[in-house]
Amino acid sequence: MVKLTDAEKAMLDGTEGAAVQKAMDLLVRYADALGAEDFVYTNNIAGVPGSSPKWVKEYYAADGGDYRAVFSRFDLDSDEVVDIPRMNAFSCHLQGGMDPTLWQDQGMTEEAFANFTSDEQEVAGHGIQVLKTCTPYLAGNVPVMGEHCAWMESSAVVFNNSVIGGRTNCEGRESTSAAMLANRIPNWGFHRDEFRKGQHLVDVDVPVDSIYEWGMLGYFTGDAVQDAIPVLRGDIQQPSLIRHKHFGAAAASSGGVEMYHMLGITPEAKDLETAFGGKVRGDHYRYGADERRAVYERLNSIGSSTDVDYVMLGCPHYSIEQIAEAARLLEGRKVSPNCNLWIFTSRAVKTTAEAGGYTEILRAAGAKLMTDTCSAISQAVPPGTRVAALDSAKQVHYLPAMLGIEGWYGTTAECIDAACTGKWDGRLQ
Amino acid sequence: MGTDTLTKPDVVIRGRKVVGGVSEGEAMVTSQTISGWGGVNPMKGEIIESHHELRGQSFAGKILVFPGAKGSSGWSGVFHTTRLTGKAPLGMLFNIMTTKVALGCVVLRVPTMTDFDSDPLEQIETGDWVRIDADEGVVSIWKGGRRP
Repeated sequence: MVKLTDAEKAMLDGTEGAAVQKAMDLLVRYADALGAEDFVYTNNIAGVPGSSPKWVKEYYAADGGDYRAVFSRFDLDSDEVVDIPRMNAFSCHLQGGMDPTLWQDQGMTEEAFANFTSDEQEVAGHGIQVLKTCTPYLAGNVPVMGEHCAWMESSAVVFNNSVIGGRTNCEGRESTSAAMLANRIPNWGFHRDEFRKGQHLVDVDVPVDSIYEWGMLGYFTGDAVQDAIPVLRGDIQQPSLIRHKHFGAAAASSGGVEMYHMLGITPEAKDLETAFGGKVRGDHYRYGADERRAVYERLNSIGSSTDVDYVMLGCPHYSIEQIAEAARLLEGRKVSPNCNLWIFTSRAVKTTAEAGGYTEILRAAGAKLMTDTCSAISQAVPPGTRVAALDSAKQVHYLPAMLGIEGWYGTTAECIDAACTGKWDGRLQ
Repeated sequence: MGTDTLTKPDVVIRGRKVVGGVSEGEAMVTSQTISGWGGVNPMKGEIIESHHELRGQSFAGKILVFPGAKGSSGWSGVFHTTRLTGKAPLGMLFNIMTTKVALGCVVLRVPTMTDFDSDPLEQIETGDWVRIDADEGVVSIWKGGRRP
């Protein structure tokens, strides 16, 4: 049994109200399932609290069929419905189901939009920040080194642990919603020093110097180490936020990487000994020209037609730097009448994009800048989509499989060329 | 005496309770980890991941025996949804502990065990009859279509 402090016992006894009691009850069951000894305090939570499609609300019709019913019965896994107060922790809502203004372009119904609007009002009303993004670290939630967090979203989890040095497991919907009320999460896994040490070594022998290259290296690494912690060293050039973002998202998709070390680059890997917590152990992988080519071919194995009718950028959600680059590549050109170009970001970044004039450049070219979601999360693509071009290894991994379409992986420039010509002309750079 | 022979399990293994309770049914076994979000259709309890050996099969009403969870943080949400749709497994046995699988089992509320003295992936085959007594930490296995 997990050990409880007096404050935690009081929460479990209902001193802090019924919702906190239910939250603590779920967290205790979760901690015992893990075999955790105790809890850590957390005040940084990112999840998808209470949001649900209409049918889930209807499932709980006897309980009122509303946000309160879903939060009680689904999020807190409670046998009874309780009043849900304002959240106690700093709480953020990650990506959602549709764009708040362009939802009709995404094929959403009036009814679905009304449900979306109602959920969002509840989220805001419960003191949860409406970030609506898979990149909370670009929209107002940047943890610090050593901060205990409870985050969902595999690409955000791996960024938090690896690049920032924050501490989070890959949490789920129910654990994050409960943590928003109880400020607690099991002290297990990445919250503990010994769990954060490298397990396998990856030597990088070819220059990795763009998000395109970092994405392929990430896809290779995840496939190689699965859910273990890799330590990478070698020719990894000019680290930046967007490069880490694409590397981590890819590694979390082809494998289940929740943390990585890059020697001399990430904060818990100043040398091999620190990264491994002792001497080097585990397996030793090499990423050279042959491995790079094999990853490229694997990412492009589901593309056969070169007639591209959809280009999706923004997985994970584009940063302002990436939107500026897309606008520069598109300026003075037009998206082909046979193709659609949708770019996804957060509302915060879109506001900055509007201020910089980028939204207008994209609009003039026939592209759409969308927020909140992506084609994989919302399963929304332009009508009749058969062949997509993508600059994200993660999106190539998921989207074609989920929607039964073809997909190509290439650079951002190749994707934008495809949007303007309707033809795929990518090749290993 | 004859009844004893029939009811006695062929194999018994021991492990740790993840979620308590007693459950029994036909086993569905995979040596491959399972993705939740994007890997399972919760409306049918069906594995949909490309290249998965169980692709197209539903675990609804079965004892699911698998190495562990992988993929998106939506794992628990998808398995939780199978409880709503009536497509949940009857019980689960797995080897590799992660936050994804732990939370998923808790909210699914079916008897679940891990940390075994003998690998269930080697002891159990699809179609075997399995009884999980998670409270006692015991898994009883009747091989090849035998029933207790």
